[in-house]
Order: sequence, then C-alpha cells, then structure tokens
Amino acid sequence: MTERPLTGNMRPDGNPLSIKEYEEKGGYQAARKAVRGMSPQEVQDLVKNANLRGRGGAGFNTGLKWSFVPMGDAAPRPKYLIANADELEPGTFKDRMLMEGNPHQFIEGMLISAYAIQAEISYIFLRWDYKAAAKRLEAAMSEAYSSHYLGENIFGSGYKLELHLHTSAGRYICGEETALLNSLEGKRATPRAKPPFPQVSGLWGKPTVVNNVETLCNIPHIIDNGAEWYKSLGRSEDSGTKIYGVSGRVKYPGLWELPIGTTIREIIEEHAGGMQEGYKFRSVIPGGASTEFLTEEHLDVKMDFDSVQKAGSRMGTGTMIVIDDRTCPVGAVHNIEQFFAQESCGWCTPCREGLPWVVKTLHAIENGQGESGDLEILQQLTDSLWLNKTFCAFAPGAMEPLKSALKIFRDDFVRHITGKRCPWK
Amino acid sequence: MLSEKELEEIERELAKYGDAGTKRAACVEALKIVQRYRGWISDESLRDIAGALEMTPDELDSVATFYNLIFRRQVGRHVILICTTISCWVMGYEEILNHLQERLGIKPGETTADGRFTLLPVPCLGACDGAPAIMIDDTLYPNVSLVLIDNILNNYNGGPR
Repeated sequence: MTERPLTGNMRPDGNPLSIKEYEEKGGYQAARKAVRGMSPQEVQDLVKNANLRGRGGAGFNTGLKWSFVPMGDAAPRPKYLIANADELEPGTFKDRMLMEGNPHQFIEGMLISAYAIQAEISYIFLRWDYKAAAKRLEAAMSEAYSSHYLGENIFGSGYKLELHLHTSAGRYICGEETALLNSLEGKRATPRAKPPFPQVSGLWGKPTVVNNVETLCNIPHIIDNGAEWYKSLGRSEDSGTKIYGVSGRVKYPGLWELPIGTTIREIIEEHAGGMQEGYKFRSVIPGGASTEFLTEEHLDVKMDFDSVQKAGSRMGTGTMIVIDDRTCPVGAVHNIEQFFAQESCGWCTPCREGLPWVVKTLHAIENGQGESGDLEILQQLTDSLWLNKTFCAFAPGAMEPLKSALKIFRDDFVRHITGKRCPWK
Repeated sequence: MLSEKELEEIERELAKYGDAGTKRAACVEALKIVQRYRGWISDESLRDIAGALEMTPDELDSVATFYNLIFRRQVGRHVILICTTISCWVMGYEEILNHLQERLGIKPGETTADGRFTLLPVPCLGACDGAPAIMIDDTLYPNVSLVLIDNILNNYNGGPR
C-alpha cells in the first residue's frame, strides 16, 4: 500500500483529530525526539538531506532555506517562524484540508521547525475565509499549550515557543512572503525588496522563516522516519508525497495524497475519475492560476518540480484546474487575468498598469471586438511584465498562463478576432 | 467611540505582538473586531481605532482599503460572497451571479433596499472542489445550483441576525 503520512491518520468523517487521538497515533513523538535529543543543526541537516521542497509552489529546499538563519548566541532576537496559511492561489484548497483534518500535525511541524531555527515566537497567517480551520486551530493550540507542547520549557528542555493565530482579511499578495511580513506588521501588504532576505531581516527586522502549511506538515514524519525513508516515497527525483488536487469538469473533484511524481494522467483519470459525461479534456493548469497551460501531450508528465518545469510549466501548488472542450480558453485566460489585475497590490507601475491593459484586450477579443495586432500587444506584455521587470514575482506569475495560452490556443484567439465573436457563446 | 467590549478585544489582540511589535500590528484584527460589531468601518470608527493603536487615520485607512473584506461602506445584514475565480468560472458561477442579481434586484457591490443582503464578488474561496461556491457571512456553501441558491436564501429571510 502506498504510504500517506500526511493524511493516512485523518478521520474519514473529516473531523479533526483531538490531541489524545493524535498522540495515540504517535503524535508529538517527533517533536519530543527533536527537541530533547537533536541539536537544531541536526534537525536542519536531516530536513535538508530529505530534500523536502517548499510545497507553497517555489520548490526551494526547506532545510536549506532554514540554514540562512543566523544561529548561536550572537543571533538577533527574537527569531520568528511563520506558517503561510494564506492559501489564495486560485484552484488551490489543499492546506485547508491539512489544517481542518489534523491541526496537531501542523502545530507539531511548526514546533520542530521553530526549534530548528531557534525561533521563540511563531505565527500562523491564515486566510480570512477559512473559518472552520481557524476554530480547529484555536482549539488545537489551546490543547497543545495545556500539554506544555507550546509555551515555556517544552519537554523539559528549556526551549520555549509562543504560537499565535493571525487571520488576514483577504488579499492574494499576502501569500508573497515579504508582503505577508508587512501585512503582519499592520502595514499595507506590499512586497519588500530582496535582499535582505527574511531569514536575516524579516518580521520587525528580525530573522524570520516563512514556510507553507503542507511543507510544515511533512516535518514530523521526516524526523520520525529519516531522510532515506522520505526520499523513497517519491516516484521521481523529488522526495515525499504531495497533496494533489483537481477542480473543473471532472467526475470527482478533490484532493489526494500521492507519491510525488505521480503523472498528471493518473491524477486526473484514476483519482478524479476522468471527465464528466459529455465533456472532453482540453487542457490543464497544473499548479494554480499562475502556472502555464499544459495539453494532452503532457498527460504523462510526472507531477514534480523539475518534470513539470521541463514540460514548460510549474508544479506550483500541485492543484490542477482542468479546462474542458466546452469551455472557451480565451474566456478562461480572461478570467484568470481579471483576478490578477484586481489583486495586484499596485506598488509597481508595470503590474498596476499592465495587467488592466491585458484584461481590456482579452475582454475585447472574447466579446468579438478584437483587432489584428491585439495578439502582438498581448505577446509584448508577457515580455514587459516578465521577471526582473516588475518589483516581485506577481506579474510574471500572471503572465505564465497568458504566455502559454497564446501559443497553445493561438487558433482559438484568431477565430475570435476574425469571426468577431466567441465560438463558444 | 469604541465600546468597552471592542477595546477589550483589541487589547487582547495586542498581546499577540508583544514588545517587538508596535500597536499597529493589531490593526487588521482591530478593524475586523469593530466590523463584527458594527457591520462596517465608518470614518468615525476608523478614527477611533487609529487613536487606540497610535496610528494616523490615513495610515489605518491605507490598510483598511487594501483588503477585500474590510468594508468601508455600509453593507447589508448578510454579506453574500460569490467566488468569481477560474474553477468557479469553469463550473458556471456566472449563471449563479446572474440569478442572484435578478432575485435580489441588485448589482455586484450593492445592497438590497431592505438592507438584508449585500452581494460581493470575491477571489477564490479555496473551495474549488465544490465549485461553484458562495459564502454567506461565515457559512460556506459549496456546489451551489440555481435551486440550491433559492433554498439557501430563504434561510436568511427571518429577522436580523
């Protein structure tokens, strides 16, 4: 049987595990082992060797990310660990399930990670609309404090950690880690210039690590079972399992924990049950709205960071959006770009002004008012809003689906313009 | 003026940010606390919260206006959030939105004349496996259809919440 460390212990009814149930299944043993028996450096090394890559989408080695935090007595204090639970990437709903189904696994992951960088204070930065997750996390945090897994002198080791829940108020850019820091400080959530990186100068200028929820949930299992075990879980170069998701016109939209490197075909056809009656597969956005479209020829691509990149897209959050043959691809791109134009923080000009231009052009094409030359303008914009031309990665992320759409759906764009109407309407 | 209760709750939020933070760190929570009691953030509330957190009203307004879910205009007793993002678009949110507009007689961003409902399109509710999804106040409704929407709205036809 395939191992499902992150979800295997969850209750079938979807209710959260209490601290008692979690501990009966071995919960908090990894934290005990790490905090009492391992040095912070040993925890960092183990996680680095396990090759856990950031599950928020960037795919950076988590242990390596931690290793840039200043350690020892001379390090600035306090240090902070922040869980990025602001899951707002369109099409993404995996962290919700992890927090709702097993809040203690997440808290234990935070505890071990905070110990690894010797953070004293930690925050969960949660999106506003995850009401059930907020309630369950609050209850679990209070249980963990009562059991002295949080607070002073954890496991009698002298290590102490505060954990607080911060709920945001809804804005996509808060998922960008430096914008998140500004948001947490009570400022307008615009991104910060890097360097300095948050590990050196983060929250209130102190060393800070921001990790995704799914990333953190992996930590206890790596401590429990070791780096070799973790590496053996994957079906490709990448390690571990991944929470994959599918939405769109498939039979069973949902989430599944599978070995990382499972193919797109297996996820869509076996786990999501294939397309609904009367709909054909046309294309897929593999990892949230800010990733490139892939088509039928990519169905056998393995869903891991490097394989999807080689195929011309990004695994991103690993939650796919399926586009069917009865859905207009120009309309789909228009919808995605509308989201990005609205959510742009407005800090830098190319993003603030460029995205509405993209949207207006797409709107015209979709509504039969496209002109020859529009596609060239769009193409140009994918270049002007690309990496290093905007302040952060937000606009380049917005350009990924557009760039690929202009290639893959070229004929459909042209049909809209020459026919002066959307063929799907 | 902020009520005792509001001030007390804001005070509790301040504790989360300790000595390292400044008072303004609690401002998003403070805005949400006041919004929970009053439905929205008036200019007067904005000034009061800013005062309590040692910010200028302009500083606080630059934060308040940044977020989708801090309301700087009066809203109805129930706020309907409808997800307009890609998964919900593929699954036909537009039909649901049109139906809501017709039934309530309002456009997105508006409030019904009786003050019962405000209709707000929002980006992704994180319920993409249950698309199309809407949220009314704190309750999420996944997999909504035209029939379901009518049933759901009927549940909100009673008195004030």
